[in-house]
Amino acid sequence: MHRLRSGDDIAYVITLTCALTILALTALLVFELYKNSAVPRHQFGWSFLVTSTWDPVTGEFGALPFIYGTVVTSGLALFLGIPLGVGAAIFLAELAPAKISNALTFLIELLAAVPSVIFGLLGIFVLVPALIALEPVIRGVLGWTPLFSGPFYGVSMLSAGVVLSVMIIPFIISISREVIRAVPTEQREGALALGATKWETTWDVVIPFARTGIMGSIFLALARSLGETMAVTMVIGNDPAIHASLFAPGYSIAAVIANEFAEATGDLYLGSLIELGLVLFGLTIIINGLARVLVLSTTKKGAS
Amino acid sequence: MQAPSPQPASDVTMRSQTFPMQMAEEKKPAGELSKLSATNLNFHYGTFQALHGISMQVYDKRVTAFIGPSGCGKSTFLRTLNRMYETIRNARVDGEILLDGEDIFKLEVSALRRRVGMVFQRPNPFPKSIFDNIAYGPRINGSVSGSGIKDHVEQSLRRAALWDEVKDKLHDSAYGLSGGQQQRLCIARALAVNPEVLLLDEPCSSLDPIATAKIEDLIFQLKDSCTIVIVTHNMQQAARVADFTGFFLMGKLIEFDNTTVIFKNPAKKETEDYITGRFG
Amino acid sequence: MLSLRRKAVNAVMLSLTGVCTFVAVGTLLFILGYLFVHGGSSLTVDFFTKLPTPVGEPGGGMANAIVGSAKLLLIATCIGVPIGFLGGVYLAEFGGSAFSFVVRYTTDLLNGVPSIVIGIFAYTLIVLPQGHFSTLSGGLALGVMMIPIAIRSSEDFLRAVPVSLREGAMALGASKAKTIFTVVIPAAKAGLITGIMLNVARVAGETAPLIFTAFGNRFWSRGWEQPTASLPVMIWTYAISPYKDWKQQAWSAGFVLLMLVLTINVTARMILSKRGHAAR
Repeated sequence: MHRLRSGDDIAYVITLTCALTILALTALLVFELYKNSAVPRHQFGWSFLVTSTWDPVTGEFGALPFIYGTVVTSGLALFLGIPLGVGAAIFLAELAPAKISNALTFLIELLAAVPSVIFGLLGIFVLVPALIALEPVIRGVLGWTPLFSGPFYGVSMLSAGVVLSVMIIPFIISISREVIRAVPTEQREGALALGATKWETTWDVVIPFARTGIMGSIFLALARSLGETMAVTMVIGNDPAIHASLFAPGYSIAAVIANEFAEATGDLYLGSLIELGLVLFGLTIIINGLARVLVLSTTKKGAS
Repeated sequence: MQAPSPQPASDVTMRSQTFPMQMAEEKKPAGELSKLSATNLNFHYGTFQALHGISMQVYDKRVTAFIGPSGCGKSTFLRTLNRMYETIRNARVDGEILLDGEDIFKLEVSALRRRVGMVFQRPNPFPKSIFDNIAYGPRINGSVSGSGIKDHVEQSLRRAALWDEVKDKLHDSAYGLSGGQQQRLCIARALAVNPEVLLLDEPCSSLDPIATAKIEDLIFQLKDSCTIVIVTHNMQQAARVADFTGFFLMGKLIEFDNTTVIFKNPAKKETEDYITGRFG
Repeated sequence: MLSLRRKAVNAVMLSLTGVCTFVAVGTLLFILGYLFVHGGSSLTVDFFTKLPTPVGEPGGGMANAIVGSAKLLLIATCIGVPIGFLGGVYLAEFGGSAFSFVVRYTTDLLNGVPSIVIGIFAYTLIVLPQGHFSTLSGGLALGVMMIPIAIRSSEDFLRAVPVSLREGAMALGASKAKTIFTVVIPAAKAGLITGIMLNVARVAGETAPLIFTAFGNRFWSRGWEQPTASLPVMIWTYAISPYKDWKQQAWSAGFVLLMLVLTINVTARMILSKRGHAAR
């Protein structure tokens, strides 16, 4: 009996220790980020977040250009990715027969497994030349806005936004398709019985019913795009400046860390990059948290 | 052997001639107009045949009930009347169904469903406010213009005997209503497009007796303006509300007649067995 | 009658959703095709066996990067899988409610942290105190990334084992620990193994956390304390370089990496779907 009990105890202790390791690692992560960004935090304080200069030579560091670039590219990614993703999710959930829907979803989910650096590769050598070729068209249609003004050299926030949108689409599609399929049949039947067309049923009833879960998928996609590093740094142009035009190059938080960290000298420079990491960490925690709340609440709603 | 004793609910007096409806025979009782008629209707789910040669009439401004044990095909038949089965992939229908003499399979399905509405077994209000639920049908049909919508919603809610209970919270979510209220909301929503026929698929099966009674009262009131077909697993309900009753068994229409005949003097043994509770 | 406008909107919008799907699927096929044509077709044996040549000299391969990636993944797996797996065992078999909630919440939190931030973490923990880049620090970064994924997938697959199996073992007198290790884990074997495969495939493609931990190396990296080349970082370095020969090698490397990742993914998912699980 004693031997049996100690076997259980050992298993309990070992597995508990591993579970505790997660907590310890996460706490350590936050601690290290905080500790190693002490120098710039004390020097710049909160103004770090709103300063737009980034000059390693003079020792002036501000996060604003990177926050701007991160927000703009992720915003563009959502702008392009949401209609495409939700549209495809509707097709896969409502229109395609089961076998085709499953096969296509399988393929789309494989897109999520493609490494970021591969998207970057295609970004540099396929997307950027394609956008350069399309520039006259884009300028023709949209050149009147400040968003599409100024010179265009291919690497730009536009390119980064487009690459990011392709990378986040599988997440939007996968989750949205599930929540749309979970909408009870009676909802659709209710609308059809009133004489609604298939599209009216889907848009007026099914999507609103699934809206919380779809929002959750969008937040999740946003969280992913905020942290994307390689694909962005390969096509964004790596210019730490704020430009209004999407044709202009830019920089994101993740991209500048990737490019400058290995060569950063001095506590202030390195610390500023680490502080950027802390900012990114905070951003993704908040967005991910919101995403989970939204997706969780749909599973409760569907069950009722 | 006891015949069930509920009083016939309708004011249609007993015809001097009782006429058992054979499957192939169509004889209209005097004075009745045919609203919907089915002739030799067969229904298949893939290789399984769910309905065999159904032929019957639904009479205008009357309440017609379909009864029978579970799986007998009564709901399946109901759903052919507004072509709701078309949402299922390998469902196939052959035979004829006429609405006011028109072939429903040749009509535009959305137009058909505007004229033949449906209320389902469990209330299914949309994730919108009470007002928007009712207004949905008229809005998409464009049949009522902007300012008229408010009056139209009120009128539909009054017809469904729900107006007084919700008039102060029209813009609250429909999910805040009780089960019985939600079902009356669904009835109001169906009525809002002014259907000529209303199909009710076991509308009270998820409701308590008080809510059920309210809906049965509603059926009496609606009958004057709307032809009603109701599927029910509750025989007493059929006996209470219906003018005509059809008894289904294993995909066949065994007998169709005035409700009083079905319950007091059924022509077929199977009907009698079901009525007296020998099975089902 | 259904208006022309409604019919048109219906047709157009539904078609557009098909277009969206086509774009999404087409992108994947395009990526595969393009990499195959540009990378696969120019793949040589040298790629796998030779070291990189000095800058500007054509030829050479990425043998050191391939071995480097293998070493990094080895460290990562040795760190990530045991901790993650045993943590998952805790959550599935022993967990009380409040503490388990905290652990799961933190796991999801860690899972959502961008990989570059994990790289900073490994840098501060190992590179900074040691004063140099190393394979060990890169492996740690990848290992930390593997932990949350391993916990969640282990927990899911262990929980999927029916309670009846556990009860059967315990009824025979097996202790909890014995039940877990001799009954539950073997029953969840397929899911656990495919979970590890998917986990490894995911971190095999990670570049960002390696840039300032493992850093890179033009030569063989001996032991664990030296910086090492890795496949993803080589792809990046070569892709942004000005040399045509390097860019070509970047394509080849990209092809090899993609094939590796996708093969593991597809295999894992097929194993899971054969057994009726959904891949997570």
